[in-house]
Amino acid sequence: MKLLTHNMLTSHVKGVTKGYPLIIKATEVKVNELEFNAQFVSRMIPKLEWSALIQAAEWLGQSQDLPSALIPDYENDEEFLRKVHRILLEVEVIEGCLQCPESGREFPISKGVPNMLLNEGE
Amino acid sequence: MAVYCGRACRKYLLHLAHDNVDFRLPEIKALLSLRNRPFDTSETFSEKSPFWQLKGLSEDDIRSVMSRTVCGKSSFELWGHGTTTDELRTSLLEYPAENMAPYLQQNSTYKINVYTFNKTLVFKDRIKKIDALDFLPFKGTVNLKDPEHIFCLLEDYGSDPNDIPEEPFHIFFGRWIADGQRELIRSYSVKKRHFIGNTSMDAGLSFIMANHAKVKADDLVYDPFVGTGSLLVACSHFGAYVCGTDIDYNTIHGIGKASRKNQKWRGPDENIRANLRQYGTESLYVDVMVSDASKPLWRKTAQFDAIVTDPPYGIRESTRRTGSHKDIIKPPEDFSGESHVPVSMAYHLSDIFADLLNFAAHHLVLGGRLVYWLPIYRPEYCEEMVPLHPCLTLISNCEQTLSSHTSRRLITMEKTKEPEDSDRLSHLADPRFTPYQGHNSFREKYFSGLTKKNGKDAKATPKNKE
Repeated sequence: MKLLTHNMLTSHVKGVTKGYPLIIKATEVKVNELEFNAQFVSRMIPKLEWSALIQAAEWLGQSQDLPSALIPDYENDEEFLRKVHRILLEVEVIEGCLQCPESGREFPISKGVPNMLLNEGE
Repeated sequence: MAVYCGRACRKYLLHLAHDNVDFRLPEIKALLSLRNRPFDTSETFSEKSPFWQLKGLSEDDIRSVMSRTVCGKSSFELWGHGTTTDELRTSLLEYPAENMAPYLQQNSTYKINVYTFNKTLVFKDRIKKIDALDFLPFKGTVNLKDPEHIFCLLEDYGSDPNDIPEEPFHIFFGRWIADGQRELIRSYSVKKRHFIGNTSMDAGLSFIMANHAKVKADDLVYDPFVGTGSLLVACSHFGAYVCGTDIDYNTIHGIGKASRKNQKWRGPDENIRANLRQYGTESLYVDVMVSDASKPLWRKTAQFDAIVTDPPYGIRESTRRTGSHKDIIKPPEDFSGESHVPVSMAYHLSDIFADLLNFAAHHLVLGGRLVYWLPIYRPEYCEEMVPLHPCLTLISNCEQTLSSHTSRRLITMEKTKEPEDSDRLSHLADPRFTPYQGHNSFREKYFSGLTKKNGKDAKATPKNKE
């Protein structure tokens, strides 16, 4: 699971109202090198909840030197875009789980794939 | 009368392939729309014809369309046309010489092809037709192997293979610009794909869907019924980043029984990510997840540029969703033993589409498109059955016949309005928003149609009928 995806996920446990962001508990994390695409990163930044991204990076010990708030004029800051590219797409949770912050329900991540299925009545 | 015609009033000819006929016009329109160009044609336009004249475009527009289309075979700068060879000749003599000149230079090489639709010509007749064009000021040398410029004489002998006329109905002559992407149908064939399933979408249709959805490079595309990822493969070919979800754990993880004839179990490299790797687009893979499409996981402000999907019809793969229900359906056989497959209940076909449209209304960017297949029981079909939503505008509805009594329709919708709270309940207020009545009605009708064919009167009862 990449952090771009995690940033858009929320807990859908019945009755939960404060299910975002899901807490990441990772037991295996991989960092892959991926072709940098400034255009794509720039397009994704406005879609992100920045503080949730920073929080997720911290949970994975990958916050490095990401600023705690979005910098203005980021489209032209290649160094910044490369950092965002890395955290959004290159860092992957391979094993672990996502936990609903309100209900505590855990969703396993196995081989990089989160299993978000709820059981009957949840 | 010869009138000076600048770049702006050039005419182009598209030669289209003769399959998926209904899907062609929406595809070309969508690709032109990616360039903000309108579809503008002649008064004699016939959608069923393999030859379309286009105007109000630049050569770059044409090249751009051809770089994406799988319906278009080739494109030409139209120099002349007519219903007889005399008319063609007159038309060509009227075409401004200064527009021809750059391609007929003395030090250039060229060749002329002859293409006849619905007729086969012997070699000497093709040569005769080429020779008949010698009134044109060709100054270069013929090079059949690797010419700088290619010209084409195209003749339309109609659409009835049992009644081929002596003379063509229409003749065109033009300078070849570019071919379409029909080669992708072969190079992306599911026969050669690493990971397939029972319902993997064939390559041609996957690309048509990506085009109908106006998918472009750096888009974020989502498929909520991703299966083996065929649609994501096509979208990633056009440079989009892709993600998908599916309720089936085994399919997402690429484990379990294989769909190939001579293969028993899936191999280790069979999953959606591996498919993208096969075609060199692994860097565009975002994520896939195991999830129930009826219970979306996305935060309110999460938005995708396009949603491209093939929801289950309830025939080869049954429609399922999680939840408690009186009728417990046996969970599918689980090879790995470790995945927990919660109790499934019948996901009514009407709910799938109402949910899908509602999801699209909330999670598409404004102007983004939803493209999906709608299964149809033909004897009862009427246009009103196509689900609507106040935030989505219907762009196209193309039928692919599956059998005498069933077909599926490729529906394309564009988000034209942000949803307000009142829209969420619209499907309850207006019957047009849930045209599917009854329980899994499509599945029942599909099977009842089959048993009637076998001469039995009894209606088939699918296993998970309520």
